[in-house]
Amino acid sequence: MISGVFHFISENFSQALYLSWEHMWIVGVALLISAAAGIPLGLYVAGHEEIASPIINGANIIMTIPSIALFGIMLPLLSPINLGLGKIPAIIALILYSQLPIIRNTFTAIKNLPPDLVDAADGMGMTRWQRLKEVEMPLAAPVIIAGLRTAAVMNIGIAAIAVYIGSGGLGVYIQQGIDRFYPEMILSGALLVSVLALIVDGIMAWLERAATPEGIKIQRKLMQ
Amino acid sequence: MITYESVTKIFGSGRNAVTALDNLNLTIPKGEIVVLLGPSGCGKTTTLRLTNRLEAITRGNIYIDNQNIMDVNPVQLRQRLGYVIQAIGLFPNKTIADNISIVPRLMGWEKNEIEKRVDEMLQLVNLDPGIYRNRYPAELSGGQQQRIGVARGLAADPDILLMDEPFGAIDPINREQIQNEFLRLQAKLKKTIAFVSHDIHEAIKVGDRIALFDKGKLVQYDIPEIILTQPKNKFVADFVGADRALKVLGLMRVSDVMNRHPENILRADERTENALHFLKEKGFRYGIVIDGTMPAGYVTQATLSYEKGIVAGLAEKYPLFLKERTSLRDVLSFMLMYDLPLFCVLDDNENFTGTVTYKDIQQAVKESYAD
Repeated sequence: MISGVFHFISENFSQALYLSWEHMWIVGVALLISAAAGIPLGLYVAGHEEIASPIINGANIIMTIPSIALFGIMLPLLSPINLGLGKIPAIIALILYSQLPIIRNTFTAIKNLPPDLVDAADGMGMTRWQRLKEVEMPLAAPVIIAGLRTAAVMNIGIAAIAVYIGSGGLGVYIQQGIDRFYPEMILSGALLVSVLALIVDGIMAWLERAATPEGIKIQRKLMQ
Repeated sequence: MITYESVTKIFGSGRNAVTALDNLNLTIPKGEIVVLLGPSGCGKTTTLRLTNRLEAITRGNIYIDNQNIMDVNPVQLRQRLGYVIQAIGLFPNKTIADNISIVPRLMGWEKNEIEKRVDEMLQLVNLDPGIYRNRYPAELSGGQQQRIGVARGLAADPDILLMDEPFGAIDPINREQIQNEFLRLQAKLKKTIAFVSHDIHEAIKVGDRIALFDKGKLVQYDIPEIILTQPKNKFVADFVGADRALKVLGLMRVSDVMNRHPENILRADERTENALHFLKEKGFRYGIVIDGTMPAGYVTQATLSYEKGIVAGLAEKYPLFLKERTSLRDVLSFMLMYDLPLFCVLDDNENFTGTVTYKDIQQAVKESYAD
């Protein structure tokens, strides 16, 4: 069985590579857009706490919708503009799912900064933007990237299911394998999805470390 | 100069309204340190935060050098006022140099000007620029971090400094030292400083004046000696403590009370019978034996009457000598420790310049309460 899986992958290597690339493309585009939306939203919410719980709860509710159901809901909604099937609805769904970890982590990271630092920044005459750029973002970056990491790994899994609305990607092997009673094919798809998830997780973990300011690393080392 | 004119700050509204500061009238004169002192929640920190507009004034006006702060853009106002808070206010992601240079950078100084300034500021607070410039706050001790905090507040050379319990997070021994450094710095720089503290010792030590707050009201505004000797009411008296006579002594130096021409002086080569006769005639119980320009010790009438020879051999040595800048609080402590009613004062060249007795100290305390 295992050798069958490797056999299948080596037989269809270039196709497997293409599907992996397609898979990553969907996840990557979705992640970029959701970061561009979720991080500013998280920052805004951190400054306006009265709207924090409705927004975070909203993102939470979206998370609880099963992916198949979400694709099902989007089909009639997006069909009138001819986008019911294909990569676009898949990306939209992934963006929606990503919002919770990204917004929540951004919000928490900013809220957990020592209030004295914010006070010092304001008191020395930084504008809001300067405070964000020089103090809040550098210190919050690792936690925000951790949110992106959660979103990315989760979306690699969800993207496999998006094959049912014609998104392509590694889900193709899983779907076709089921249709054809071809276990090696199903497992190949599943294996490649896992490998992708591990690689992306590793890259994001590295990014998280790289984004940690030098002074904070030293602080942690000295506190041990 | 900072002027507070009927300044009131109310937090919240309706039933939840809290008056944090009630009709404050106060002037902080140019070049002086005014300590805003009081228990927590008394309005001292609020006063500071109103000054750089971190909080908004509810009623009244604040003027800085006769300019109403409401006429200045808050960001520019804050860049003009140095701001020093407890050590934690250093940005952990920035190097020491970057922390110090924040305000100059915000104000758009040239790069090489900033670098020069950073080194200057580090030297000013006694830290070697070569060692500390590129370190991070986490690598510094609490006392060093606080020095950086002060350097950061001074970096853009503001005329006015707002300090919010700047030395509160430091252990007592280091605090004493950093307060001394701070005072030396201020003697040179002559900044106008509003200094928030809850520590009466610190207030007496660093303050040219003390503004004592209670429940949002300014209770008494005076120089430390007056606060200690003439507390306006029970609150002030309780706050400065029952030992306020001792605290007054902490403010006074040997030079304020010393006797520069004591009469009970004996030459070292004087014979005992002559010395005894001299002391009896003048009515002194003991004499100070001077050998050249140095006090060799003291002799009592009792010793002189039993021994023969010259007095030098009989003199009891003093355990220590005072300097003119020694505080009277320390002198009194020496008197109690060594059970001696008199100590000799030497100048920096070890020459005898006078004496301080227990009576001199008592007299000084009495006088400070009399005015």
